[in-house]
Formats: sequence, C-alpha cells, structure tokens
Amino acid sequence: MRYIPHSDDEIRSMLEVIGRESVEDLFASIPDSARFKGDLPMDDSKSELEVIRAMETLAGENAPANTLRFLGAGANPHFQPSFVDQMLLRSEFYTAYTPYQPEISQGTLQAIFEYQSMVAALFGVDVANASMYDGATAMAEAALMAIRVGRGKRNKVLMAANIHPEWRQVTRTYMVEHLENLVEIPFDTTTGLIDQAALAAELDNNTACVIAGYPSFFGTVEDLGPIAEMAHNAKALMVAAVAEPAALGFLKTPGSLGADIVVGEGLGFVGGSNYGGPGVGLFACNKKFMRQMPGRLCGATTDAEGKRGFVLTLSTREQHIRRDKATSNICTNQGLMALAFGMTTAWYGSKGFWELARKNHARLTQLKTMLTQAGMSVIFTAPAFNECAVRIKGNAADAVKALADTGIVPGLALGRFYPELGEDALLIAVNEMHTSDDLDRLVAALAKLQ
Amino acid sequence: MSMNKTPGTTGLVMEEPLLVERSHSGRKSCCLPKLDIEAPDLSEFGDLVRDETEGLPELSEVDLVRHYFRLSQWNYNVESGVYPLGSCTMKHNPKVNEKVCRFAGFTATHPYDPEALVQGNLELLYRLEEALKAVSGFEAITLQPAAGAHGELTAAMMIRAYHVAQGKPRHKVLIPDSAHGTNPATSALAGFSVVEIKTGPEGFLTAEAVADVMDEDTAAVMLTNPNTLGIYEQHIAEIAKIVHDKGGLLYMDGANFNAQMGYMRPGDIDVDAMHFNLHKTFSTPHGGGGPGSGPVGVGKRLVAHLPTPRVVKEGETYRLNYDIPESIGPMRSFYGNFGVNVRALAYMLELGHDGLKAATEMAVLNANYIRARLQDHYKLPYATDTLHECVFSDALQKEHGISNVDISKRLIDFGFHPPTMSFPLIVHGALMIEPTETESKEELDAFCDAFVTMAKEAKENPEIMHSAPHNSFRRRLDETTAARKPVLTWKMLQEDK
Amino acid sequence: MAFNIPEDLLYTRDHEWARVEDNVAAIGITDFAQAQLGDIVYLELPEEGDEIKAGDPIGVVESTKAVSEVFAPLSGTIAEANAPLVDTPEVINEDSFDEGWLVKIELSDTDELKEMMSPAEYKEFCESEAE
Repeated sequence: MRYIPHSDDEIRSMLEVIGRESVEDLFASIPDSARFKGDLPMDDSKSELEVIRAMETLAGENAPANTLRFLGAGANPHFQPSFVDQMLLRSEFYTAYTPYQPEISQGTLQAIFEYQSMVAALFGVDVANASMYDGATAMAEAALMAIRVGRGKRNKVLMAANIHPEWRQVTRTYMVEHLENLVEIPFDTTTGLIDQAALAAELDNNTACVIAGYPSFFGTVEDLGPIAEMAHNAKALMVAAVAEPAALGFLKTPGSLGADIVVGEGLGFVGGSNYGGPGVGLFACNKKFMRQMPGRLCGATTDAEGKRGFVLTLSTREQHIRRDKATSNICTNQGLMALAFGMTTAWYGSKGFWELARKNHARLTQLKTMLTQAGMSVIFTAPAFNECAVRIKGNAADAVKALADTGIVPGLALGRFYPELGEDALLIAVNEMHTSDDLDRLVAALAKLQ
Repeated sequence: MSMNKTPGTTGLVMEEPLLVERSHSGRKSCCLPKLDIEAPDLSEFGDLVRDETEGLPELSEVDLVRHYFRLSQWNYNVESGVYPLGSCTMKHNPKVNEKVCRFAGFTATHPYDPEALVQGNLELLYRLEEALKAVSGFEAITLQPAAGAHGELTAAMMIRAYHVAQGKPRHKVLIPDSAHGTNPATSALAGFSVVEIKTGPEGFLTAEAVADVMDEDTAAVMLTNPNTLGIYEQHIAEIAKIVHDKGGLLYMDGANFNAQMGYMRPGDIDVDAMHFNLHKTFSTPHGGGGPGSGPVGVGKRLVAHLPTPRVVKEGETYRLNYDIPESIGPMRSFYGNFGVNVRALAYMLELGHDGLKAATEMAVLNANYIRARLQDHYKLPYATDTLHECVFSDALQKEHGISNVDISKRLIDFGFHPPTMSFPLIVHGALMIEPTETESKEELDAFCDAFVTMAKEAKENPEIMHSAPHNSFRRRLDETTAARKPVLTWKMLQEDK
Repeated sequence: MAFNIPEDLLYTRDHEWARVEDNVAAIGITDFAQAQLGDIVYLELPEEGDEIKAGDPIGVVESTKAVSEVFAPLSGTIAEANAPLVDTPEVINEDSFDEGWLVKIELSDTDELKEMMSPAEYKEFCESEAE
C-alpha cells in the first residue's frame, strides 16, 4: 500500500505506546452487531499501471478528443494557456485546505482576493465572493438572497424563461417550499428577448427580484437597462445571470446597466468543458447587500508587523458560526477553479478579453452568414454573442445523432428544453478556437440533411 | 530522518504585489490565432458596447508565472507535512489521479454531448456509484452534489420530499450539539427548524436524549458517526429504531467516513441517507477550498426522490434517465463535479477493498497514537475510546494563560499546520486532531514532540506562544479590522488609500 | 471574577442590562457578554417605532468568531436605536454599560421589571455559568 507508510514493526511499537494488543482492538467501541464482516464487495487493489489502463479504456469509450463540437449552453470552452494547469498542479495550491490559518495560506488568500477583484470588475459591481458551486446554484442563491434582503416582506422571484433551463430548474429545486413565489416571464418568440409587457404585469410590491440572462440561453443580448428600471421602480432587485462571461469583453457590464446582484458560470475558463464540472459559480453584488451574500469572502488587512495580508472575513454570515441562521449552508467553494478562472482571466487581461469577445462574435457572424446562404435561418432577431438558435433542415435531434458518427456535434437540439420552438431548432455555439474550416465542415454537414 | 527543530523557516520566500499593482499598460499575455476574416463591427449591439474591458490587469506571461509561483510559496499544503485538521481528512493526494482526470478523452466532453459519444463517462459514473455502494451498503447513489454541504442539502431536500409524499410534511430536524455548522444551516435552508440534542457525559448521544425529543413532527435526526469527538455513537442502532418507529429518517453526515471503511456500513444499519466527501475520505485534493464532491447514498425509503438525472445501465449501454416522477429535481447544472469524480474512482480502483480497509485501520492507529502520546500533556475531555480523530482542550494550558489559539499559532513555528480550533463547540478551547493514514510514525513523532514542547513552553515561556507565529510569511493577522471595515477588492483597497 | 456589574442596573440571563429612567429603559449587553464575544465588528439594531415583546430578538451583535442575538428584556416600543454605534462597534467592548447602549425602549408594562435580575443575582448567575 504505497500511501500507507507503516511497516509491521512500526505498527507494533505504536500499539505498545497506545496499550492495545492489535489494530482490531482499536475498533472495540463498534458493537459486534454493527460491525461489517468479511471483505467489502469490491475488486482487489491494483497497481498504478492497471489504474491508468482502466481509466484509459474508459476515456477511450468516449468520442475522440478532436471531435468537432459546437456546444455552448453554459459550458462553452475557451482557450486556456498551458501555464494555468501547470500552476494548478503545484501542490501548494491544489493540496492546501481552506485558508482558515491565514498566516500560512497567503498564497490562496491573495489569489482569492485577486479573483474577487476581477469578477467584481467584469460584472461591474462592488464585491464578489470566493465562488459558488456553479452558475445554476449561484442563481438559486441569488434568488434566496433577494428574498432575505426584502426582510420577509418581498417573496416573489421573477425569472426570465430564456435563461438556461437547468439554472431555472435548480432555482425551482431550491425554492421548493415556495414554488408559488417563483414566476417565469416568457420571452418574445421573434426577438428572443424578455416579454416586457408580461414582466410589467407580474411586477408588484411583493417582488424580491427580477432575474434576466445576459446573454440569454439563446445567446441573445438584451439591454438590461429598461429591465432594471422596471425592477427598481417596483423596489425589487435586479439580478443578471451570465452564462457566458466572454460576452463581457465588449458588452457593458451588468452592474453599469443596473444589476444589483450578478451571477455567472466560469466553467469555460477553467480548462475544457469537462463534462460539465467542476466549473465555478461567479457571484457578485453591490456593497449595500454585502452582508447578505452567501459564500466565503476574502478581505485585506495587516499583520502584527504592519504588512499587508489577506484573511477570510465576514465569516459570521457563514455556516460554521451562524449555523441555522447562516446566509447559506455552503462550506467548500470551488477554490482551485476560482484560482484557474483568475489566472486565465488575468492572462487574457483587459486587451485580451476584448479580443476574445470580438473573435467569438466574429465567428458567430460568419456562421450566421454561411447558414443563411445554405438555406437555414436564425430564429431570433435580437443580436447574439457567440451562440444562436437556428432552424435547420429536418429534425434537430436526429441531425445531432447522425452527425455524431462523422465526428461532429453540431449543437444542442432545443426541442428538449423548448418544444414550442419546434423540432428543427438547434442551438449552435462557436468560440475563438473554431476555424473557418470547422465552420465549413459544420455547414456542409447540416446542408446535406433533409 | 532528521527533522529540524523549527522546520518552519522562510528560506527563499518572496514578497509579491497584487496583479493590479504589477500591471503595466501595454503588457500582454493573450495570444489567440489571428482571424482569417474581417471582424464585423458591433453596431448590432447599439448602446450596449463599451470600448474596453475595464478593471483587468495587463501583464506578460512571465509576470503571471512569477506572480503565481511566488504566491504558491506562501502556502502550507499536504506535501509540506502533517495537516491534522479534524474531520477534514487531509490525506495524501495521489498523483496518478491528477494524470487520469486530465485525459483529453474526458476533458473534451461536453455535458450536452449525445449519449453515444460519452459512454466512457457514463460508465465511469456508474462504476463510481457501484464502488460507493460497495463501501457503504446503500441502495443507490447520486454523484451530483458539488460538495459535502451540497450533499447534505440534497439529502435534506429528499427527506422533505419523502414526508410530503407520505402525506404529512414534517418541520423539525434533531441535531447533536457536537454537529458541524453545515448541519443546522442545511436544515434551515431546506425549511426545517432545528432542535438540539445534548451529547451525553461520555461523549456520545444517549437513546433517551433522542427519545425525549423525537416526535411525529420530526423529519429526521442528523448524526455524524463517529462523531466530531472521534467517538463512535454507541447507541446508533437504538436511535435508528426510535426515529424510524415514529416515522422519521436517519441522516448521517459522512465527513468521518475514513473511520468506517471495512468496519461498518451505514446502509447495513438502516441509515436512510449519508453524504460522502470525496475530497476527504477518497483523496481528491482540497484545492485551497474546493472543488469537492458530495455524493449521497440512500436506503430504500429515499431512492424515489434522488435528483435527476440518474445513470442507468441497459445491457452494455449507459444512459441518463430524467424520468423520475418523485425526484426532487436537479441540485445543480449538469451531472456533478465530473473531474473530481474521475479522481475518486481512480483512487477506489487503486485501493480496492483491501486498501480502503487498511486506510481506515491506519487512520485509527495514527489518531490513537497521537492520543496516547499527548494525553499526559493536554486535557482529554472524554475518556471514551476514539477512532480516527481525537479532541483535546486547552484547559491545562489555560492555567498559564495560554489558549488553543496560542497553541495553534505556535505550532506553525514548528513547521506544522494547526489542528482544527474551537470545534466541536461542546469542548471549550478545542483542538481537534485527525492525522489520516498517510502520515508515518516519524512525522507523527515530530508532531507530538512539538506539542510536548509547547506544553512546557506554556508554563515556562508563555510569551513566545502569545506572539506566535514568528517564522511564517505573515505574523498574526488583524481579523477584527477586516470584519469592521471590509476591503474585498483591489479597487476598494486603492480607494482606501 | 473581574467583570463589571454596575449596581444601578437590572440584568437578564442573556447577559443584557437595563437602565430605567421614567418609563424608558436603555438596553445593552454586559461586560461579561462583550468579553465572551471578543472584538465586536458589526451590529444590527431594530427600527425606531418597532413594537416588541419581552423575549423578542431585537438585534444582533457580531464578533469575528461569534454571533449573539440580543433579546428584548422588556416589552414596549423602540424609542431610539443607537445608530452611530453601528459605525463604531468597538465602543461596546470599551464601554458596554454607557456609551455602548443599543436601544431605548418605551415600556408598556413596568411590572416586567420584577422579572429581571438584581446585580447580586446576575453575579451569582455568571459564576454558576462559568462552571
């Protein structure tokens, strides 16, 4: 057992110090009736080589890594430079625990502080926390936070139906006690944007918040300004849900448009879609609401010698102190992924992030032109960032199955989540890593379908 | 092995400013391929366009590598030495796990890939569920929760759903006073009110204490076993009966599962649900605070309520089943922290039944060894047997004005990470020590030697403990000011000046 | 035990004190309480005009490592809350009985004063808690 250092003689001498005859004796407190007997029903231990082979076999049962994918939907991968993973592999970062002993955890703490700073800047609000599990739970927690801010006098959450379906489902799960307070606001089937008349009809003095996607699940970009104004006029909070942070490269920040709380998914920036996790739930808000924020917070301070340092702070909101009155039950965040997000974002930097956004948008514009020329149509009229809903020839789900055999995943068949859009609706995403050849291959394959 | 008396020296550890302070206009790391087409203008977005991405730094890649390298030097980690945090199970993180979770065949997969293209992933998840069932005796597993607390919440939601399905929603959860803070926080989040049960005089719950408060409005009892004192809950079988007889459910916090493998299985003693911490018992790295993975195992009563989707095997094919009528729904997007789950399966494959049992045995041996070596120097609040962790209090040192905080901070000077401080709440001035099985006898001896020395220092030289740590990158930090006047971003820091 | 327990005040089991003048009671937390909490970093106070019953939670006092709810020892209406204290919570540590007052309650039932503890009773209570 390579991870267990004990030799037999060491075990013996330790037992002597303890004053017991055998290792078995150490388990005397477990009554016989509760004791598991025999061997656990699992295979014998394996060597490292056998483990590698077993995992290679599993990985080999997936599509080859060079499969051409056009999938976004909150998991659109972006280019991650090699240095990030090499840094993440430093034991100092990945084997460390939560920085509860700040004197010996300044690396993690300063990195969290920097991550918080960049997320707050990207989102255009005052403060960000040290991360949540993912965008979906971040959004659910934002809804709960808005209700807390309303001090029990405002309980209704209005959620745009064009937000990522899984994020909405998770919010429903979290609000199971008060589902009657969770209202979906339909979208205009021509533009793909929020139906503002429907929103106006639902807004009242029981509304805690309005949640809008920026961009939406369909990639459409909506001016949050008027939405925020409507919310604020009703004294409700404005929550923006950012499933694709790359869009913020050239789009105005949700904060500048009036968002009070902003949540998002950083999976695309932490190294591949990785079958959906681990990603990182981005969560930020304005200072006014800081003490109602869930999750860990890192703050700057000084040490006994007057040097600047960082500590976890405002911990009294959290479970380990507040217990049943905590703002959330969250304990572990997504530490290493927040670090990865910070590193990748810093690598893009202000110029690179802009460039990233322009390139994504350029590829989408190129794709839309090619699709239209091939006789397909974009479903929604609103401007879109790097993914769009398209009407293809024939059944979208069948198309996805058929193309899978040719090494292409052309997108997500929307009928699964939005049957009202029809069976020929496909959500196609592009990113800065796609080439013109890739787009040619996709469009040619789609054009061949009947 | 020679262990320096004070291995916690600074060596070549550099200061390093914030990214924004290193930033220099004109520096750039980003290098994306040039576009072979013309970039369209942004007029379609109208007023929503801005000229630049404000607030991000401008740095060369060399700056970035230096920056993060220097930051890394400031972190104690499992590879520095003993990391004895109670109920955290800071065991060695195997390198092979880091290799296999990075196979491109895994990382390139997208959650919305057609099932035919991700049979490897689905089989992996299925096999991990089977392995967790084998080690715990549960009927079924969900791998969806992203962390232990998330797993707890999942279980609490399922418990709620169970009672609603029974036709009688219940409102209370019973939780021992030794419980981790997530237990009451989770219960409150799931809509329950919390009733505290007092731990008995020997450090475990008595059946009477539970019977006294158990009623038909109690949805569940949440226990940790062994509990946060490292003590096996002697009366768990009776407690299970008391709870089930009144129609309630038994939830187990699985944070201490490292003490159970091969010796007890919660599924076998009619526990209804338990969350696992893959980042504790199953060696996946802590990452400075995540990502974790908190699968939940359930018994027959709760299977119907598991979150969607579930991995199903049909013949030789795997698929995702979303058709679970009484499911609580999804607890998060997609399927879980897949990358973490890959590491856990690799670990379970490597250790097998024999390795997992040995891990538990040596974890319990190590903790008892520390207990034996320190019990003459530090107060043990309970004489009862402990398993994989033990809790001391600072009562003896308090007589000289030394607290558990002083002891912890001084331990840093000796080159060790402090144990968990001030928890569980039922022990005043607690020091909760869990060495795990991956520590050798020399490491444990050096660790215990430091504690013995500190017991002496408490009497003879308390000042050196009050002013500790001395050798760390930073001395004691002012947490009061950080809470009174929070500065949470570099923008706020710059505005403060 | 070296905690300050002024003779002219009344006390509760939750470590609050009351100073009654005419029909108004100033309320705060005791020296014992502030010492237990450590450096106070934040507080939440009720709104003026709030009607409260004895035993109602009326605020929160936080240190870096603990949170303490403040309970109304007496029934009535919140006549005044010590708003400036929110910006200087450390004053509670420095002077918990005077400058560190939290709220003033216009009493609705002066009979309730009989339920509170005298300084001697509170001293005994603290000593028994410490065991």
